[in-house]
Amino acid sequence: MTETAVHVRGLSKRYGGTPVVDGLDLDIAHGEVFALLGPNGAGKTTTVEILEGYRDRDAGTVAVLGEDPGKAGRDWRSRIGIVSQTATDASELTVREVVTHFAANYPRHRDPETVIEQVGLGEHAKKRVGRLSGGQRRRVDVALGIIGDPELLFLDEPTTGFDPEARVKFWQLIRQLSAEGTTILLTTHYLDEVEALANRVAVIARGRLKTIGEPETLGGRATAGAVVSWREDGRLMERETTNPDQFVAELVGKSGGHVPGLSVQRPSLEDVYLQLIGTSEDLDTTPELRKETA
Amino acid sequence: MTTQTTPSVRQARPQPPNVIRVGLSRGALELRQFFRERDAVVFTFSLPVVMLVLLAGIFNDTIPDTGVKASQVFAASMIAAGIMSTTFVSLGTGIAQDREDGTLKRLRGTPTPMTSYFIGKVLMVLVVSFAEVIVLLALGKVMFDLQMPSDAGKWLTFGWVFLLGVIGCALLGIAISSVPRSAKSASAVIMLPFIGLQFVSGVLFNPIKELPSPMVEIGSFFPLKWMAQGFRSVFLPDSMTFQEVAGSWEPGRTALVLVAWCVGGLVLCLLTFRWKNSRQG
Repeated sequence: MTETAVHVRGLSKRYGGTPVVDGLDLDIAHGEVFALLGPNGAGKTTTVEILEGYRDRDAGTVAVLGEDPGKAGRDWRSRIGIVSQTATDASELTVREVVTHFAANYPRHRDPETVIEQVGLGEHAKKRVGRLSGGQRRRVDVALGIIGDPELLFLDEPTTGFDPEARVKFWQLIRQLSAEGTTILLTTHYLDEVEALANRVAVIARGRLKTIGEPETLGGRATAGAVVSWREDGRLMERETTNPDQFVAELVGKSGGHVPGLSVQRPSLEDVYLQLIGTSEDLDTTPELRKETA
Repeated sequence: MTTQTTPSVRQARPQPPNVIRVGLSRGALELRQFFRERDAVVFTFSLPVVMLVLLAGIFNDTIPDTGVKASQVFAASMIAAGIMSTTFVSLGTGIAQDREDGTLKRLRGTPTPMTSYFIGKVLMVLVVSFAEVIVLLALGKVMFDLQMPSDAGKWLTFGWVFLLGVIGCALLGIAISSVPRSAKSASAVIMLPFIGLQFVSGVLFNPIKELPSPMVEIGSFFPLKWMAQGFRSVFLPDSMTFQEVAGSWEPGRTALVLVAWCVGGLVLCLLTFRWKNSRQG
């Protein structure tokens, strides 16, 4: 496979004169789990909806699985899977009815019963969708997103409303899909989700790309200064250093083997992220984000 | 494009399923949803039945020199309102709902063709309207002496009035579904013309020729008046034509107006249909 699964250059979208997406460039390789991270209102959902073919763009080139989503037809839609936010449809149908129905709309599909099991709704297959809890409802969306055996799966904030156990199970499912070769584009504002799933992450704020890279090295995380702290004579000592290995070796040498309370802290993904989006003065518009990452 | 040599395709995918087949399976799904949704059943299916029972129960005097009871006139005319309810009201509110709850958005993100969505709606509306008419006819016959014609020609008239009425009102329903700003306001927006037209179309008030002429003119513009007139021509004796505006059943003009609404309704739908509601941007 020579071409990328998603190729975006200079993507722009305005609503009433205000740029929501402002000159975005992205490349997502086949088989990658790619996360789009950013505060509310950063343009994540708008970007994803343009890639899904739901929205027009004002400028830029976009190729998703080699086609322009604004012009692509049924064949193209057979190859993608979409899990959008806030669907409340099909409430009078049972889980099994709706999954089986949508399966038959695809030229090739996964087995409905297996998919229902995979998303953890096996025991609720006969329940009406409208009677499920919020998290279970979301898993129906995921089941409908993967039923057509997509090459590329869009997940727009998929675990909102999940309890911790359901999230871990969901992550396992995503890893499994990824292992089977599905390319995944995930938007989220959960940083632990990014660290758990993504091969690469792009941070966007105000419609612009802030940085892009692997979660482990994002924003120079791996090489940034570390804070070494330890106890000495009953007092807490701290030292910032770009070379913690050497500094710790010296400490150990000085103390003769044991350094009480020793810890080395690199900036967390959260620190890097807050610093990145903070520079765009977006923090004051994202109360939800602060709450969740606090 | 979907051959094995295309590098971006993991493996060849077969052709997407046939548009008609997907439409049929959507029709089955729509029907299941309709009859499971208690609000829809009460609102669009039972309302004309309840109105018939009340009205025909209240007004059952015999019309002088005809031997026909007022309740029979109501029973025949109410069939038209029943069809308008299961088509116009049901689609107007149902599609507004589909637009808001994500049904249409989900369909647009899958290989389901939009034609299949409409085939599904039409099938649902045809079956529900047929059931509605059966219920109204049975009720009319058992409770209000509605006479079933023995003449095949009258049943033929019944057939084309039913079919053209269903198609015309269904298209009007699809068109009006774009008017309400949200699903919440949809039933109010759609009930207003439904109730209003019943007063000026010879459903809730008969004989229609006794209405002020501006009202008759408004009613005559829309399909409901012609459907009600058509059903009266099937179930009432020809001696009742004196109560009609023109003094006859006017089958030719009825067919013409209903066909015009089928064509005009289609154009209206094509011009005005929206996939999203006004708040989804």
